[in-house]
Amino acid sequence: MMRDQKLWTWHLAAGAVILVFLGLHMTVMHLDKIVLLASVNPAGGHPIDWQNVLARGKSAAFAVTYVVLLGAALFHGLYGLRNILFELDPARGLKRAISAVLLIVGIGLFVVGTWAAIASHTLAKAM
Amino acid sequence: MSAKSFTEVTYRIRRYNPERDSAPHWEEYRIPYIPGMTVLDGLWKVKELRAPDLAWRSSCRMGVCGSCGMLINGKARLACNTQVTELGSDTVVVAPLPNFDIVRDLVPELAPMFDNHRALQPHLVREDARELDEPTGEFYQSAHELEQYLQFSYCIKCGCCMAACPTYATDALYSGPMPLGQAHRYNTDSRDGGFAARREVLAGEAGPWRCHYAGECSRVCPKGVDPAKAIQLMKRELVLDYLRLRKAKCPAKVAAKPSGVRRPEIPEAPAKTV
Repeated sequence: MMRDQKLWTWHLAAGAVILVFLGLHMTVMHLDKIVLLASVNPAGGHPIDWQNVLARGKSAAFAVTYVVLLGAALFHGLYGLRNILFELDPARGLKRAISAVLLIVGIGLFVVGTWAAIASHTLAKAM
Repeated sequence: MSAKSFTEVTYRIRRYNPERDSAPHWEEYRIPYIPGMTVLDGLWKVKELRAPDLAWRSSCRMGVCGSCGMLINGKARLACNTQVTELGSDTVVVAPLPNFDIVRDLVPELAPMFDNHRALQPHLVREDARELDEPTGEFYQSAHELEQYLQFSYCIKCGCCMAACPTYATDALYSGPMPLGQAHRYNTDSRDGGFAARREVLAGEAGPWRCHYAGECSRVCPKGVDPAKAIQLMKRELVLDYLRLRKAKCPAKVAAKPSGVRRPEIPEAPAKTV
């Protein structure tokens, strides 16, 4: 049985991770004119310029960041969606089905996203 | 509205007799206004003058027993604790507490609430149960420890918070603010050792997790209890418990009797009656 005490704690933890990593994303991608980080935008210019994307892609730390943020966002979002759906008071069987579908969707998206992060990192290092 | 501005009040009451009616309906009654009249006084007057078959629950008439919780002018309150003048209108609209089935007229079926309450063991849970039944002394408790749960112990189980809770309205598994508040009251009592036993219920779907923190329970509580706060504090305790960061609490020991102090002016305790 899925225990809400456990899920809620992970929900909070995922929220904290999102706060930090999304903050990092905002800093790198949108506050580049204010927070000057030469290490993540070495070519200067816009953060999504090819040379900058390539530089970040070569960094294993960034690949890990993507995977952690993806996992945290998926868990936080899908658990929140599960709560909203449960408040519609579905039958017990339907609740199990909702939990199973969300779990499969979450794992599926995480696998695809992780593969994409690793593949881009591998590709960038080869270039 | 000033009490002097009207001599009569209209009671608009939601009536339902399952033996006679297929669905609840509204009925209106005009009764004389008496200065100082509470909504409960008015109901008695309606019963005396207009509707002898009107049913509701009440007992103490002083906001202690929690029997006369009902929806009065859109807000869950105690009928005995609500002056007609404080409603600001010469029309008093009375309905049974929402979120409960109706037994008859203004009588809600509170059994589900008390089932949830009972499931959370709202009493001191200790290994030395014999000490509870046949006390040899008093449990030690500091003033600070008392403060941790005192306000939650003022709950009179009237059900007003349950009637106001939007989560309890839609989630059949949610225990509701009263049972959860009372579980927190005992979890934080330094004399109690029942956290692990209550966690069996609290860690699951009946626990505090569905609370949106709408705060309506605290707004309507006629005793000034803050169940919403209790629920948030309980979430924190449960999260810390899952992370193994919750401080283990030893239930208070029996305090040693004072020695060397003669207090002859204090009489002996009366003999046990139970």
